[in-house]
Amino acid sequence: MVGRTTGEKIFNVFNIIVMIIVALIAIYPFIYTLSISLSSNVEAAREGWHLWPREVSLAAYKVVLGNTQIRTGFVNSLVRTALGTVLTLFMTCLAAYPLARKNLPHRGMVMFLVLFTMIFSGGMVPMYLLIKGLGLMNSIWALVVPTMLSAFNIIIMKNFFQAIPESYGEAARVEGASEWTILWRIYVPLAKPVLATVALWTAVAHWNQWLDAMIYINDDSRQMLQAFLQRIVIQGSTAMLDMGLTKMVDYSTATIKAATVVITVMPILIVYPFVQRYFVKGIMLGGIKE
Amino acid sequence: MSDSATKGGGEVVAVGLKPSRHGTLAARRSGWAPYRRHAGLIRMIALPLAVLVLFNYVPMVGLIIAFKNFAMKDGMLASQWVGLENFYRLFSGPEFLRALRNTVIISVLRLGFGFFVPVILALMLNELRLTLLKKSVQTLTYVPYFFSWVILGGIFIMMLTGGGPIDSAVRSAGAGRVEFLSDPVWFVVVLVATGIWQGAGHAAVIYLAALATIDPNLYEAAAVDGASRWRQTLHVTLPCLVPTMIVLFILSLGGILNAGFDQVFNMYNPSVYVSADIIDTYVLRRLIAMDFSLATAAGMFKSVVGMALIVAANWGARRMSRGEQGIW
Repeated sequence: MVGRTTGEKIFNVFNIIVMIIVALIAIYPFIYTLSISLSSNVEAAREGWHLWPREVSLAAYKVVLGNTQIRTGFVNSLVRTALGTVLTLFMTCLAAYPLARKNLPHRGMVMFLVLFTMIFSGGMVPMYLLIKGLGLMNSIWALVVPTMLSAFNIIIMKNFFQAIPESYGEAARVEGASEWTILWRIYVPLAKPVLATVALWTAVAHWNQWLDAMIYINDDSRQMLQAFLQRIVIQGSTAMLDMGLTKMVDYSTATIKAATVVITVMPILIVYPFVQRYFVKGIMLGGIKE
Repeated sequence: MSDSATKGGGEVVAVGLKPSRHGTLAARRSGWAPYRRHAGLIRMIALPLAVLVLFNYVPMVGLIIAFKNFAMKDGMLASQWVGLENFYRLFSGPEFLRALRNTVIISVLRLGFGFFVPVILALMLNELRLTLLKKSVQTLTYVPYFFSWVILGGIFIMMLTGGGPIDSAVRSAGAGRVEFLSDPVWFVVVLVATGIWQGAGHAAVIYLAALATIDPNLYEAAAVDGASRWRQTLHVTLPCLVPTMIVLFILSLGGILNAGFDQVFNMYNPSVYVSADIIDTYVLRRLIAMDFSLATAAGMFKSVVGMALIVAANWGARRMSRGEQGIW
């Protein structure tokens, strides 16, 4: 079957070569950044393609990890990610379960209210004024509460709940169980795959968010890692890193930036091999059907 | 229409007694009864619904400041109404028109060049018979999708400037220095290319998922009819991908006035504003300058056009496929 004709054999070889090149293009920027971050000052200044530094130096990491703001930002981002994910899962379950039940009064209207948020929004300014008006400025709640509910998450979880046979809940209802009990004791345990998917999406989104932290948080002790990263890597302000402390000049602005990027990327890269299949599964659950 | 109240034990009795329209049971059926019967569900959804209204619908009410001369000290309600004046100001200023034009250009280029890359990638991956290579390529091309544009922007700025690999490769190829990030034309090329680099692997997985659902019988039938692999791809695989492509196209059309804010904001600089300043970056700068009314007017224009496009595209897709395709 494979490669019956000469044309198909040629195509197979061509295809393999192209795919290998595509894979290399996909990850080279990360290899480059890792290489620069581990380079000495001199090595980083060398022009051209970096695959692995000839002189390995950890100086940039010492500076970045030694910085209290970066460490605070890292911890703040971890807290934000954990808190945001738990809140999202909890609220999404509370919204999705009643919507999955056909006898919820005004179900169609509520569903429309949810769906409409996908295509229309007030935008940046009214949101800013609302957060300010609620007194949430400079608080982690400004980052985790407004994003708790997304129409997309609600829809995929609702679809999953709907696929669970109604007789499961019916049996419990006859025994006198409340809707609350049925949701947490029957539906949620059965919905683990979709919960894992939504949790992972949410966690990655929270870890990567930077704009809301930049807008709503103005106290550096409460700031998130990505906002510091934005300051260092994009605005190029490495002043906050207080590099004067370390007398050895084995790092440069480039190695500092690269090391900051690697530290930010690390948590995601560490979990990536374990979570990738969930992301693919999630796409199939949410992206294709409806 | 799906709200027929014939589920659950209690209703069956009520339905059975339907003829006695003036009886007590019938009276209980009307009015508050359905709410009382499903009080558990209503209590449950009350909190999420309140959150949704507060953070999604209240900001929509906030759009009224686009029609007011908003001053922080007066607040949203007390500020003076000015009608459409903010919109006149918006469309008579050169900066917004430039931002609008750039937004459309960048989005259309993104859509034009980026839309088919994931389809091709998925088709090529689908033809790979080496499972290990297929999985590896899939995993590796997906990686960039996991990272914020702060990270990716930082990486590309390093690679494209001052002795970075791409910068030095271009120069050693004798092309002279290319100002990737400060030349207005090159900057757009960079935006489109890096955008494809980031998103292609992710979108390809969506198509691969669709490919996995194709009935193998279709291929066997085609093979029996003497179709080569190329013919099979053309006449079996591609048509099966069309519904997925339509859904993704409608969704990206709705975002045509987004133009990838995260990416632009983290890669642009004042020297490329002429081609790279988009509506969202303009709104953010007006927000920082505390010009809330103008920023809201610009944001509102964007939301309304986006919504109109998504509704129109969906209508078109449904019409063309006689109601079978579209996102609702």
